[in-house]
Amino acid sequence: MLLEAKGIRKSFGGLMAVDDVDFSLPEGHIESIIGPNGAGKTTFFNIVSGNYHPDEGKIIFDGRDVTKLEPDQAAASGIARTFQNIRLFPELMAVENVLVGMHMHLSAGLGSIVFNTRKARREEQRAFDEARELMRYAGLEGKEKELARSLPYGDQRRLEVARALAVKPKMLLLDEPTAGMNPRETDEMKEFILRLRDEKKVSILLIEHDMKVVMGISDKITVLNYGVKIAEGVPEEIRNNPEVIKAYLGQEAI
Amino acid sequence: MIEMLKNNSRTIQMISGWFLAIAPSIIFYLLPQSNWAFILFVVSLFVIYKIKANNIIKGILAAVMLFAVMPAVGLENTYYLDVITQVGIYVSLAIGLNIVVGFAGLLNFGFVAFYAFGAYFYAIFATSQAGNFIPAAIAHFPVSGNWFWLFLIFGALLSGLLGFLLGLPVLRLRGDYLAIVTLGFAEIIRILFNNMDKPINFTNGPKGLSPIQPPEFFGYMLNQPIHFYFIVLVVVILTIIIAKRLDASRIGRAWASIREDELAARSMGIPVVRMKLLAFVIGASFAGAMGVIFAAKQTFIDPSSFGFMESIGILCMVLLGGMGSVSGAVMGAAAVVLLQLNILKEFSDYLGQLSAMGILNIPSQVDPAKYEKMVFGLILILVCIFRPQGILPSKRYLPSWFKNKQENTISPKEEDPDVARS
Repeated sequence: MLLEAKGIRKSFGGLMAVDDVDFSLPEGHIESIIGPNGAGKTTFFNIVSGNYHPDEGKIIFDGRDVTKLEPDQAAASGIARTFQNIRLFPELMAVENVLVGMHMHLSAGLGSIVFNTRKARREEQRAFDEARELMRYAGLEGKEKELARSLPYGDQRRLEVARALAVKPKMLLLDEPTAGMNPRETDEMKEFILRLRDEKKVSILLIEHDMKVVMGISDKITVLNYGVKIAEGVPEEIRNNPEVIKAYLGQEAI
Repeated sequence: MIEMLKNNSRTIQMISGWFLAIAPSIIFYLLPQSNWAFILFVVSLFVIYKIKANNIIKGILAAVMLFAVMPAVGLENTYYLDVITQVGIYVSLAIGLNIVVGFAGLLNFGFVAFYAFGAYFYAIFATSQAGNFIPAAIAHFPVSGNWFWLFLIFGALLSGLLGFLLGLPVLRLRGDYLAIVTLGFAEIIRILFNNMDKPINFTNGPKGLSPIQPPEFFGYMLNQPIHFYFIVLVVVILTIIIAKRLDASRIGRAWASIREDELAARSMGIPVVRMKLLAFVIGASFAGAMGVIFAAKQTFIDPSSFGFMESIGILCMVLLGGMGSVSGAVMGAAAVVLLQLNILKEFSDYLGQLSAMGILNIPSQVDPAKYEKMVFGLILILVCIFRPQGILPSKRYLPSWFKNKQENTISPKEEDPDVARS
């Protein structure tokens, strides 16, 4: 197992946002977390990526206990993420956004930057080449010098993924990557996520509302409702699970 | 026809640009006493910066102005040399603060504390003051001016260390809280220097320290305005280079990402606290080095030179010029210092003349020189309303070797109206 979370619990005041959730993600899989609004999906994401620390429970990632890691340490251990409401660095150029993701793989120190050593220059050039390659991969070719905030919405989503890829993660957390996209863009993103797994060899954990996407690409789906895991299984099982239908559509629907 | 007109106007623009770039130097050389010639001279430096031309030509032109014209005039009239040195000191301070506030987005209201620390660090040892607490058997004070260079380096290093020690607990705070804590810190430092004259006299309290040894260079005493002009000029050039290189590096990008979105930056693996500390320390060490030079130049310092208003003044320079913009910091510093020392003074002299001739009757209470702070406030408000990104806003550049079909520069706030509206 690449990721293994056991008995995760997190409350905010009286609200139990995530309640005793177990979760596991084998290497090379795409798994989705679904559930109605406020089900605790993003909270769970934030716990895995180190933004929150769980009240109880343990997270093992790649054989290491990452429960208490800060976000930057989690990123260093190979967990990268995107955000539900896009959080790019708006006043930086697109290519710089990607380069920020590369930060910890670059080594130029204060001295070599101030003296502009040949090694630092070479490293910069390589980093720019790599960043451009990543942008091309994400379908953002030629937009390197655009400011992130002036990119169209779909491109911003793609840039966020490219930035996360620059971290060179083993696992990618995508928080509603197709939110606000039109059907064509959604299909492209779906293909892109599959390519990420096959070509970049990253395992992917997905929060998604678009059922076509979820059912189409997930190896396994976990359903949360009010912080509790109510179902888990392959798409076919989830589609027919009465608990899930009840959570989504209400009691009468059954 | 229209094409021709367009071409014509472009030629006119170019010619007038070059005229504005070069003529002031000649005028200033011919009229070394004229205040306006001096102001035009400084403005023309920015015209050169802005003009569209080969960078090498622009560099040579600026170098001639700063290394030949200015010193040549300075031999005639040391006053302007003094003013431009003052501008230089503030340029360095503004760039230092710009690293903290503009690059990394940490609101620092106590920047002057590090400046004060550097100044006192040199002043205590370069006057007989250190004799009060270090026995004569160990060392004799004041130290000779040859030590100045060592103090310059250690002033920077120790100020950086002070910044590190302050930053360690404080940088976990954000925005307004950080501003309040740094403000308090600066006041503590100032009051400390004000009161450390008893029981052991470290700083000579409010009476200040004097005379401070001027620097020496292999036995050659550097105590003329022209010497300080060159020392400051070299330091300013170094600070500009360092700031520019940092801005374009992985460290600069990490700072910018923290400024833009701290949470996202952390999630991308940026060690936020360490990077903030680094910005704080580098800014502080710039101020420390400048403090040492300031003390040597003034030969007298007291705590009143390092008040809260000074911190605000430097912050205003950064805001006026444009947050995060190195050229903006240079421009902001020049504008504020010239406004203080030249433009307002000139204006009130002019009004004074008019009233002496009986044309106007202006009571001394409304003398513009007395309303310096108000004029600043007004200018800042106007800039905030009409040009919130500053006079020379920061730009993101692709490095020149980055091959791209499009043009290589982009200015953040001046894009197509579409995007601006959204």
